[in-house]
Amino acid sequence: MSASQSSVPAGGSRKILVLGATSGIAEATCRLWAAQGASLFLVARNADKLAAVAADLKTRGAAYVDTAVADLDDVTQHPALLAHAINSLTGMDIAYLAHGILGDQARAEQEFATAAQILHTNFVSVVSLLTWLANFCVQRHSGVLAVISSVAGDRGRKSNYLYGSSKAGLTAFLDGLRNRVDREGVTVLNIKPGPVKTAMTASMAGSEKFADVNKVAQSIVKAIDSRADELYVPFVWGPIMFVIRHIPERIFKKLNL
Amino acid sequence: MPATAAPTAAPDRVTSEASNPADGKIPFESWGRYPRYGANIVPMHWQQDFPANIAGLHNGALPVGMGRSYGDSCLLKDGNLVVTTGMNRLLAFDPATGILTAEAGLTLAQILDFAVPRGFFLPVTPGTKYVTLGGAIANDIHGKNHHIAGTFGNHVTRFELVRSDGSRRVCSPTQDPDWFRATIGGLGLTGMITWAEIKLRPIVSRLIDYEGIQFHGIDEFLELTEQYKDVEYTVSWIDCASTGANFARGVFMAGDHAQVPGELTPSPEPKLVFPFEAPGFALNHTTVSMFNTVFFHKQLKPHVKTLQDYEPFFYPLDKVLHWNRMYGKSGLLQFQYAIPWETAREGTIRILTEVAKSGLASFLAVLKAFGDVPSPGLMSFPQPGITLALDFPIKAGLTFPLVERLADMTLDFGGRLYPAKDAAMTAAQFQAFYPQWEQLARFRDPVLTSSFWERVTGDRPVL
Repeated sequence: MSASQSSVPAGGSRKILVLGATSGIAEATCRLWAAQGASLFLVARNADKLAAVAADLKTRGAAYVDTAVADLDDVTQHPALLAHAINSLTGMDIAYLAHGILGDQARAEQEFATAAQILHTNFVSVVSLLTWLANFCVQRHSGVLAVISSVAGDRGRKSNYLYGSSKAGLTAFLDGLRNRVDREGVTVLNIKPGPVKTAMTASMAGSEKFADVNKVAQSIVKAIDSRADELYVPFVWGPIMFVIRHIPERIFKKLNL
Repeated sequence: MPATAAPTAAPDRVTSEASNPADGKIPFESWGRYPRYGANIVPMHWQQDFPANIAGLHNGALPVGMGRSYGDSCLLKDGNLVVTTGMNRLLAFDPATGILTAEAGLTLAQILDFAVPRGFFLPVTPGTKYVTLGGAIANDIHGKNHHIAGTFGNHVTRFELVRSDGSRRVCSPTQDPDWFRATIGGLGLTGMITWAEIKLRPIVSRLIDYEGIQFHGIDEFLELTEQYKDVEYTVSWIDCASTGANFARGVFMAGDHAQVPGELTPSPEPKLVFPFEAPGFALNHTTVSMFNTVFFHKQLKPHVKTLQDYEPFFYPLDKVLHWNRMYGKSGLLQFQYAIPWETAREGTIRILTEVAKSGLASFLAVLKAFGDVPSPGLMSFPQPGITLALDFPIKAGLTFPLVERLADMTLDFGGRLYPAKDAAMTAAQFQAFYPQWEQLARFRDPVLTSSFWERVTGDRPVL
């Protein structure tokens, strides 16, 4: 499709909106874009962290960096925030949605408010953002919507099914959205990382064996450049999740996963 | 001062103290892999994380980076290690002045990846680039250009120091200069360095104008040192396994950044990894003697001149990740002294004789003349004179007694040892090497300590 080929200029001149810019994976990805000379609009909750990330990306060579402090749980703010960001960037080639929480599974099992919070941050707020962003892109027949989901969304497991179901809902939403907007020249990339070594996972057992965040970021940049639909990263999680999805339920329900 | 006994135990007993990861205590290894202690790891990703990330934790804390210190100055047995490597952002760079501001967990390798393509280089670099900016300041590290450029701390213009009470101060030679001085070479004990500003130096090429000259004996080394005193980088490898006619033979290596514009590409990632722990007998007198003979004759002529990439010139060992596994599971003991000029020649000959006599050959021995640029830190190791760095495989009953003898000899010659490379000096030796230690003790953050500090001061805060 010629519209889609021309819609993401390669290399430096790209205008990228990053939501959840202080997340470990988002920051690592932005460092690669900054080195290419991209223009970045960064959104995160914590002003101090956001300032440090912005300074880093500016120093590494980003052509332009602007920021906004926002709590993305507040969906009523989304339209104004997105309009402001796109004004600041004078357009948008890529929207990169990286915010999310792991949540407290044990607490969520006992207390609906905790469960609802996980679903709200990881699913509802993303749907709100993507609804606005998808319509923006469809009008222009261009753009990439790159969204971090998780392998945990491929099958619910007792150890993290609230997080998993928020990501499963997101995956279904992204599949449907892609089916709608692909023909309009808009790409929807569902990024499914396995466990990655970041601040979010630093306290988890075995985290020193998790995937290197810089390698994950390289794969994400490549997948966006090639306009892929789905990315398992590291790659090995593709076949692993294929197997896990195909374990018969009568066996799966007995496993400790 | 009560001297604590030198640890002469067989290493097996010590390694068993490493706690089981299942109880949450992860062994964070120092580069010598001796001693090994379990500790609670507290990751640090943001400048604001400290001190909240140690709130309520008992048994003290210590900021650590890449764990490239050889002994126990980057360890805190059963305490909390605040690992700063996740806090690794660049904050500002001015190509007009070369001033770089960065978070303290950034490594020198990451600084080079950024700086070299822009035509800049570190003002001072140690023999590995896998150390953090904060670690470079806390140990006031030195490099092959000490006789021209002084220590790393000489090129630090400012940094922020955060104390466990939450207070933050920006320190420089003119702003809170006493805190600045105590923190440079302060072994991470004065507080958490969150960011620092350093002055990079311009380069026009990755290449080094290199000269390698074989020498025989300390007098030839001293002549070469004098002859090459205007060359920026000088260092010598010395064979300490040989006696007789080959005693103290070595290769004097000198280099300047090439003046002819050349490539300024970033370095590739290292691909070689030392894959397993070598068996304990792998490094014995015979294999080390063979290595030393090969190294001496590697350059086929007594004097070579060539252009060399900066990676093999500065970081020959970084090419193989985890090369310390070569020393097997018992680890290695480093020993580095700085002896002042008045006694440097005699002291060096006597210590090399003692090493050769011991039969415990040092695999890598590095000899260098320190210059007279004053060190900026209260506890900085370098002083004008000769420095010699040795590393020994840990052999039960042999290594520790030898190193203790060498430390006493160093003291007799008016020298001192390098805390970053020590796992053996006694409290009495340390306090004689660094009579100013009590000044550092007053600047120490009451919550921060290290196994090294406890060993050489007998001081463990009750927390």
